Amino acid sequence: MLKKSKLHGEFFMQGDIACAEGAIAAGCRFFGGYPITPASEIAERMSYRLPMLDGVFVQFEDEIASITSILGASWAGMKSMTATSGPGWSLMNENIGLGMMMETPCVLINVQRGSPSTGLPTSWGQSDMMQAKWGSHGDYGSISLCPKSPQEFFDLTIVAFNYSEKYRLPVFILTDAIVGHMTEKVIIPPVDELEIIERKYTTKKPGEYLPYKVEKDMVPDFAKAGDGYRYHTTGLTHDERGYPVMTEECQWKCVPRLVEKITKNADNIILLEERDVEDADVVVVAYGITARTVVPAIEAAKKKGIKVGLLRLITVWPFPEKRIKELAQKVKGFVVPELNLGQIVLEVERCSAKYVTTKSITHPGGGIHKIENIVKAIEKVAYE
Amino acid sequence: MNKNIQVKKEIYHPMEDILRMDRMPHIWCPGCGLGSDVVAFAQGIKKANIPFDKVVIVSGIGCTGRVAGYLRLDSYHTTHGRAIPFATGLKLANRELTVVVFSGDGDLFAIGGNHLIHAARRNVDINVICVNNFIYGMTGGQNAPTTPLGAYSSTAPYGNFEPPFNLVGLAAASGATYVARWTSIHIRRLADSIATAAKKKGFCFIEIVTPCATVFARKNKGGTGLDLLSEFKNRSVINHSADPTKIPLDMEGEIVCGEFVNEEKPTFWENVKEGIREKVEKKVDWEKMQSKRKRKLYAESSDDLS
Repeated sequence: MLKKSKLHGEFFMQGDIACAEGAIAAGCRFFGGYPITPASEIAERMSYRLPMLDGVFVQFEDEIASITSILGASWAGMKSMTATSGPGWSLMNENIGLGMMMETPCVLINVQRGSPSTGLPTSWGQSDMMQAKWGSHGDYGSISLCPKSPQEFFDLTIVAFNYSEKYRLPVFILTDAIVGHMTEKVIIPPVDELEIIERKYTTKKPGEYLPYKVEKDMVPDFAKAGDGYRYHTTGLTHDERGYPVMTEECQWKCVPRLVEKITKNADNIILLEERDVEDADVVVVAYGITARTVVPAIEAAKKKGIKVGLLRLITVWPFPEKRIKELAQKVKGFVVPELNLGQIVLEVERCSAKYVTTKSITHPGGGIHKIENIVKAIEKVAYE
Repeated sequence: MNKNIQVKKEIYHPMEDILRMDRMPHIWCPGCGLGSDVVAFAQGIKKANIPFDKVVIVSGIGCTGRVAGYLRLDSYHTTHGRAIPFATGLKLANRELTVVVFSGDGDLFAIGGNHLIHAARRNVDINVICVNNFIYGMTGGQNAPTTPLGAYSSTAPYGNFEPPFNLVGLAAASGATYVARWTSIHIRRLADSIATAAKKKGFCFIEIVTPCATVFARKNKGGTGLDLLSEFKNRSVINHSADPTKIPLDMEGEIVCGEFVNEEKPTFWENVKEGIREKVEKKVDWEKMQSKRKRKLYAESSDDLS
């Protein structure tokens, strides 16, 4: 009876719980976590739900153990996840790098709060946008998704698992305390209506299998522990056999591919929502909860006769540079409101600086942007 | 020379079915005890009669961290101090595997100390083999949490003044179900211990006191690796009934070896299965959880972007 216990139907559900249900729907059966506001509800839900599904829930001694354990579980062939907030994310960074280097599928949820340091534990922010891209030392391609509602938190958790299985890397969801703690309608479709992607297991025989040999798609085939392949994998720079090789040549073969497997597949990874962008003079680029709180400002600017569009970044990393460059050649400028002191605006500027100006609207977190500030910025970009 | 003696051209090692011979020679220094420790491990796994395909080895960082790379098993060379949580994930996600953590004293008791005590506390069914060479070898001989009082290291040029951890004492106090200590010269007993641990349920801990000829011995005028081994031989005493919390190691005293703890306790997963399975069945009101709620939801109005 309990084996079938996957939810479907309409629910009035908190964002964090929707995330946990999304993970379960995607096939996640291992959760390692450590309590932290405002992400604890995800762990709580998993501790309640995973035992019904023969899954494994472990509350670890810290976030470092949590991230490392989900890498181990993934190598045993189980889909795995952890969830945390800014301070925990900072602790996880080293082993995010290990996950990237070993090419381990798993999902990390960051319910962001006001930062730096302990910051605003019970309040919100979008402070880890750059940390998600550059947090661990070195270069690696990364995928980050930003939901704006509990429904999307559910949907994107499934997408995150699909991306992680397909491209073999830890995939991030960057949400915030508002979406995490917000309760809204969530529709969970029947399991057989969901698109679930599984990692590509090798069909080669032991002895012929090389754990890091890649074909055209740049993603190596997977073999899990205990299947007789007896392979080696390491965080050191490694060759196709997974053996450490400390040479410049091997570094060239090993590392750029970690970035390229994402950048070359960017078109398949990037999800955007566009509203009135095609004939706009000003485009507001926003993500997560900010994309909802700026809507009244956009409406107000429209009433004043300005052609404003909204480009909502559902995928923040890899950054949709192609689309921003296209738009930059058509519009007068961009307005980028975010709940940090200017992070994603740097990317928008990088892609558009040759053509137009970009106005950053910052906020350190713990509140939302004042509508009049955004309207003023839109006017400034439209008329200057 | 007698022409009848045929010299076999290929290098043969009695453990080559479990070693990655294509990675030899290894990076360890002449006189290092790690080679013997790895052979004892290989012998132990063979003795335990567990199929190699089902044995997984996880290492952290350091000289001992390289062990994973030389064993022809599913092997994972992870980050500094994090071998135990990685192994915990592997084991709980596939309970058929025999998961062994093979790492050094700095990796397991300094940077990874928190994971060790908690894995022992929750009694995860993994084996931890700790090679204690009293020093950070890979990075050039810095002080470790095991460096004896008065010993010299490259970050204790005036002698170490910090009291060291007694590893077997700490593991036993944290709840390990099996605790043993041997040195690199007790190969047969060590291999038996490794076989026992491999077959035993629960968190098993084995300390291997191992010579570091290149840095620890040089800094402390200990001689060659062979000198250190003979010193270990002279100083070691086997006493299975010793209290593990009362046998710390120092520069000159006895090295008390033996199997100090060997008890049965339910493992983490047994506790999960037996402890909560029935409650799960009882607690879940599945029909209620699954019921469709048809009332009009105000949430629809706030979803203005979709």
